[in-house]
Amino acid sequence: MTSRSLALAALATILLAPAAFAQTTNLSGAGGTFIFPLASKWFTEYNKLNPKIQINYQSIGSGGGIRQFSVEQTVDFGETDGPMSDQQLKDSKVQPVMHFPMALGGVVPVYNLPGLSLKFSGPTLASIFLGEIAMWYDAAIAKDNPGVKLPAEPITVVHRADGSGTTYTFVDFLSKVSPEFQKKVGVGTSVTWPVGLGGKGNEGVSGMVKQTPGSIGYVELIYALQTKIEYAPVKNASGEYLNASLDTVSAAAATAQIPADYRVSITNPPGKGAYPIATFTWILATPSMQDKAKKQALHDFLVWAVTKGQDYTKDLGYAPLPKSVAQMELKDIGKMK
Amino acid sequence: MDAPTIVTSELPLADLAQKLRPAAAVPPELAGAPTADDVEPPSAQETAPRALFEDKYHRSTGRFADRVFRLATGSCAAVVASLILVVVLYMVKGSVPAFRDHGLGAIISPVWDPTNQKYGALAFLFGTAYTSLIGMAIALPLAVLTAVALVEILPSGLAKVLSLAVELLAAIPSVLLGLWGIFELVPLVRRFEISIYKSPLGLRRLPIFSGAPLGVGFLAAGLLLAIMALPFILSVSREVLLQVPRAQREAAYALGATRWQAIRKFILPYSWKGIFGASLLGLARVLGETMAVTMVIGNTPQIKASLFASGYTLASVIANEFTEAPSDLAISALISLGLILLLLSVTLNAAARIMLFYLNRSAGAPQVAK
Repeated sequence: MTSRSLALAALATILLAPAAFAQTTNLSGAGGTFIFPLASKWFTEYNKLNPKIQINYQSIGSGGGIRQFSVEQTVDFGETDGPMSDQQLKDSKVQPVMHFPMALGGVVPVYNLPGLSLKFSGPTLASIFLGEIAMWYDAAIAKDNPGVKLPAEPITVVHRADGSGTTYTFVDFLSKVSPEFQKKVGVGTSVTWPVGLGGKGNEGVSGMVKQTPGSIGYVELIYALQTKIEYAPVKNASGEYLNASLDTVSAAAATAQIPADYRVSITNPPGKGAYPIATFTWILATPSMQDKAKKQALHDFLVWAVTKGQDYTKDLGYAPLPKSVAQMELKDIGKMK
Repeated sequence: MDAPTIVTSELPLADLAQKLRPAAAVPPELAGAPTADDVEPPSAQETAPRALFEDKYHRSTGRFADRVFRLATGSCAAVVASLILVVVLYMVKGSVPAFRDHGLGAIISPVWDPTNQKYGALAFLFGTAYTSLIGMAIALPLAVLTAVALVEILPSGLAKVLSLAVELLAAIPSVLLGLWGIFELVPLVRRFEISIYKSPLGLRRLPIFSGAPLGVGFLAAGLLLAIMALPFILSVSREVLLQVPRAQREAAYALGATRWQAIRKFILPYSWKGIFGASLLGLARVLGETMAVTMVIGNTPQIKASLFASGYTLASVIANEFTEAPSDLAISALISLGLILLLLSVTLNAAARIMLFYLNRSAGAPQVAK
């Protein structure tokens, strides 16, 4: 053996060695920022149980998650706060795309009127965010809050400036309860607001609300819980003014009709005890994955996530999936096998 | 000194030339006073150390090293040039769908409505221009006067401490400035706006003071931009003023000029071009600033003359909407906004250069230096 071939052999050993030792399966995903804290917790915990499965997740936003998964096909699974539209499903290069709800989030109204505790009905919120109710002492707000002395102050509306699933959920609710809101603003991750200021992110909105007397905005429930800001109860479809909590948000998913493909908006659900501004967050996956090992790993992870993985949700401020939904999902995750 | 940016790049060279001078074969007294005009880099290199390398050995290795050096510098320059090209090409290519769909409306329409796929840039263009104008109007006089104080008036110890503080200001990340903006600056601005609102003179009837006193808006954004541009304009202006030859100052005082006269008639005329370059640097910083502005401007795409109104800038809307852009057309529209921002800054830069060129030719400034 010449020295050159020796060197080549050595090089080959070095290059091939890792493949021989580790059969680590690497899964990569991309999508919404909302799920990120829970997802990181899940992936570390799951890796502890199954050291050979490594899951990487990039929180680039729901829109990016859908694109990377269904169009560019650069990731093994996607993640989104809003279900893919029919058009997006049609345009997808990955077929079929399955939606798997992973956890739930809620959106809460926050306002700045020191010393007052208010509650809101959906139509009132819609009129406020349309700019039709411009003063706090408006009759509609008074009707929601009997006995409260409302100030003669103008209302400053604060909304999200960045495209966001939070906005999507909020305007989805307002559009369901107010046909006028549906017509003038519509539903989307970023919409054209007739009035108000835009804040960047939950912290931008809550910062602006804190700083502006007489203002009202909306933030994610998790953010409100973590930063301990007060938020207002909202009237649900059965007429109760409900405070958002992990339980009332989970209840929204339990009382809503869940279709077979899970692409459903659960805002304003019927039934008692359900908080009306709630949403699923979904993992997007496909049973047509080529790599058998990856497919198996993703299947196993999804099974774990909707069962044992749900134990981690509450600590991190997410509402867990109701048992009924998790049971239903297990059957569909089976198709990933 | 014929173009503003050269002023900045000349500084280290001038410095180097100063350091090389003692080693030169020419005695310092023959070299004359080191005015900015005769610190030409080639002369400093050619006069001095050549004798060292006259023998044959040094010449041949020198030639090889020269070639390598030329290749290295040349390829670095090529990489930088192609980087610019790649980015510009990406933006042009990316914005084609938006321009195809909207035509000229992509620029001149003030309507931005993602739900209905309408993407007009005018409100953002206005916001960028207006906030930059406010920022520069505040930062420029503040920076130039402070630079004069640092160089000409304050004792050098104090000046050094102050200069350091200014440089620290440049090191604050803009997110942090934005947060400070939300929690400290905006309430201050709101108090100011309320005082105008309630002013017995009826100031709120003036178009620039109209609207509700919310604190967030063009004024708050402009103030933050001023804070961000300030260290850039200030430190370059200071360097420029330091370049004014000693002889120039001494001559002024020898003629019996007061300090104000010396600064106004002898020192500022000598350095105004450099200061102009400094303000271009500041402007470049201000046009593209994203994060801090986003946090205090209110993010409302509207065109209003009032300082108190909320607005939106090109850079802000790109940062806000890119990650969750609802469609390919939306992404293309956002990229086209980037292209517009780039064009805006290139146009401003070119206009400034052309203006300098003509001023140079007609006035032959700096009059006092020559």
